[in-house]
Amino acid sequence: MGTQEEPKIVGKEEEEEEEEEQVVNPWEVSAKDGGKIDYDKLIEKFGCGRLDRSHIERVERLTSRPAHVFLRRGIFFSHRDFNEILDAYERGDKYYLYTGRGPSSEALHLGHLIPFVFNKYLQDAFKVPIVIQLTDDEKFLWKNLTIEESRRLARENAKDIIACGFDISKTFIFADFDYVGGAFYKNMVEVAKRVTYNQAVGIFGFTGEDHIGKVSFPPVQAVPSFPSSFPHLFSGKENLRCLIPCAIDQDPYFRMTRDVAPRIGCHKPCMIYSSFFPALQGESGKMSASDPNSAIYVTDSAKDIKTKINKYAFSGGQDSIEKHRKLGANLEVDIPFKYLSFFLEDDAELEHIRKEYGAGRMLTGEVKQRLIEVLTELVERHRAARAAVTDEMVDAFMAVRPLPHMFD
Amino acid sequence: MGHSKQQLLALLQELQIEFSQYEHPVVLTVEAQAKYVGNEGGGLSKNLFLKDKKNRFYIVSSLADTKVDLKVLSQRLGLGKGGVRMAPEEALGEILQVPLGCVTPFALVNESARDVSLLLDQGFKTQEHCFFHPLSNDMSISLNANGLDKFLKSIGREPSYVDLEANPAVGKDQPPDLASLVPSSSIVLPDQPEKQTSSQAPIDGNHVSADNKSKVVPAVKPSSNEKNTKGKPANNIPPSRPFADVDKFVEEIMHKTSTLLHSQIKEETIKQHGEQLGTVLSDNLRKNLGSDLKNLAMIFKNTAYTEGFHAGTHHQPKRIGSS
Repeated sequence: MGTQEEPKIVGKEEEEEEEEEQVVNPWEVSAKDGGKIDYDKLIEKFGCGRLDRSHIERVERLTSRPAHVFLRRGIFFSHRDFNEILDAYERGDKYYLYTGRGPSSEALHLGHLIPFVFNKYLQDAFKVPIVIQLTDDEKFLWKNLTIEESRRLARENAKDIIACGFDISKTFIFADFDYVGGAFYKNMVEVAKRVTYNQAVGIFGFTGEDHIGKVSFPPVQAVPSFPSSFPHLFSGKENLRCLIPCAIDQDPYFRMTRDVAPRIGCHKPCMIYSSFFPALQGESGKMSASDPNSAIYVTDSAKDIKTKINKYAFSGGQDSIEKHRKLGANLEVDIPFKYLSFFLEDDAELEHIRKEYGAGRMLTGEVKQRLIEVLTELVERHRAARAAVTDEMVDAFMAVRPLPHMFD
Repeated sequence: MGHSKQQLLALLQELQIEFSQYEHPVVLTVEAQAKYVGNEGGGLSKNLFLKDKKNRFYIVSSLADTKVDLKVLSQRLGLGKGGVRMAPEEALGEILQVPLGCVTPFALVNESARDVSLLLDQGFKTQEHCFFHPLSNDMSISLNANGLDKFLKSIGREPSYVDLEANPAVGKDQPPDLASLVPSSSIVLPDQPEKQTSSQAPIDGNHVSADNKSKVVPAVKPSSNEKNTKGKPANNIPPSRPFADVDKFVEEIMHKTSTLLHSQIKEETIKQHGEQLGTVLSDNLRKNLGSDLKNLAMIFKNTAYTEGFHAGTHHQPKRIGSS
């Protein structure tokens, strides 16, 4: 029995950027011909749904507050069965959130924060618990890291994640090297038994040269979708549904999970997906951990942010002021405007900038200036929160403990 | 206080490390040193004292001819381009406890330098012996790389030899090859502000030689935050009180609120809104301060929970009566 959707086999080693198709999988994201990712094509190929106004209005009604910026602006734009979650919630059946991070580097940039910011909003708005998985084992298997280093990075990343403002009475953070075992491992093996090698190759593109660590990893990322993986949290609540907000390149893991779930008597996890955060140099640029100028990091000083935006943010403005006043800016490729659409809370102000900048009445410099203000405030706030995170706090977030107030 | 030259030499003798010593007038540069010991064979060393943006410190000790590119080094350490620069003058005294122009691997004998990472040029191993300052600029000692290793091991350090001229690619699939040499603890100097955003004039200029440019040292009130300075104490729990302190919490809320009010109540706004000013202000407060205050409150909650959790998990209930 194969997966319902037919994902294309993606062999990492063979795919080049000049290839016909765009490549989107957990280990590689690249557009066709170095251009932009075509999201319509992507969700058609993956078979996901699009979020629309009705979803957003429903969320606002159920949570009695305005929807998060990322929903309003279509940054989280795709889903699988989000309606089921909302239906259940309306009936009084809560759910839990599951998200994660692969700790491959110590430096986090703004793009890394996006799923966590959104998950924190969901936790607050719906008053639901969250489990956060740090796949230190995955990074050890895929990257040139020692186990010690990947465990260390996991803990460091946990601090930045905590700084996003998760509620400790409703949050369980765990690292695979610490937590895999017991009920979690039982579920891993249940899942593993129901996915053939050929299916795994089809979904993840493994080749004969890949080591067996990689091949056996996917169940690790699948089973946090099942409440029975966390007996200290959810025992007695086997019926609890799971919502997974993450970036859309993670879909392969969860296609596999959703395929297996009914066969082991579990609900299929529901998904809500975000698009990719562009690099400073533009959509076709790659955000790279080794190029500090391709992204804004949470450790950047106010001066760094100003320099990076002014020097490296790709502008959709015209070459000369006269031309700009005449033609306006190309908002499709303009990075400062795009970044504002992620981080500027005020819809009215963003709309104003869209009109004025698009018409050429506002200059790139002004837009950049506003962006610098917004990002500096954001990074400052993150840093202040990060300063409050002690090792003891990390230990507490990561302790295997019950969360009696997780739905309060 | 730091070790003296005498103490170091005595230590080397105790460890039965072979070395030769050469006294000379005080020198501040490799060139000057070469005048006195350049003809003795072996290799002169060039020593850099560096610091990264997270207040972690490094000694890079190389043969005088080895080209050290700080940008490349920074990337190989995983600090991005331009992540390291020359450490400020006072760090020399505070951390290494050596005078200007005297950076040397031997400074690691001092407790204050325990968190400083040492990178040694693999070129040292090709020389019969190499010259270093023994904590003072008026002498140079020459010893074999093995002797240096023996010394380092005796103070609990593993010597790390690196090809300093190498320039390997650093990228998504090639992590920085020297990342393991980054210290796990940062050292915050007493005068330095603890926030990273404050700007500080870095010392540019050449390596060992004294850079006599006067430097701006920002005068900063020591932070009322009791966070520890030099590294984390092993057994104590760093105080989290500032973040779960009720008075401070309320004070912060009041401060933010009154700042906002001050900025919003002006002649023009009074004229503009008249009686409605109250409503307008309270809407503004809600809109602008709402998320800020929620963040503060979440930090408070998480800190208080952690304190309780820590106390609870370390609690040893007294046994009453016999088991």
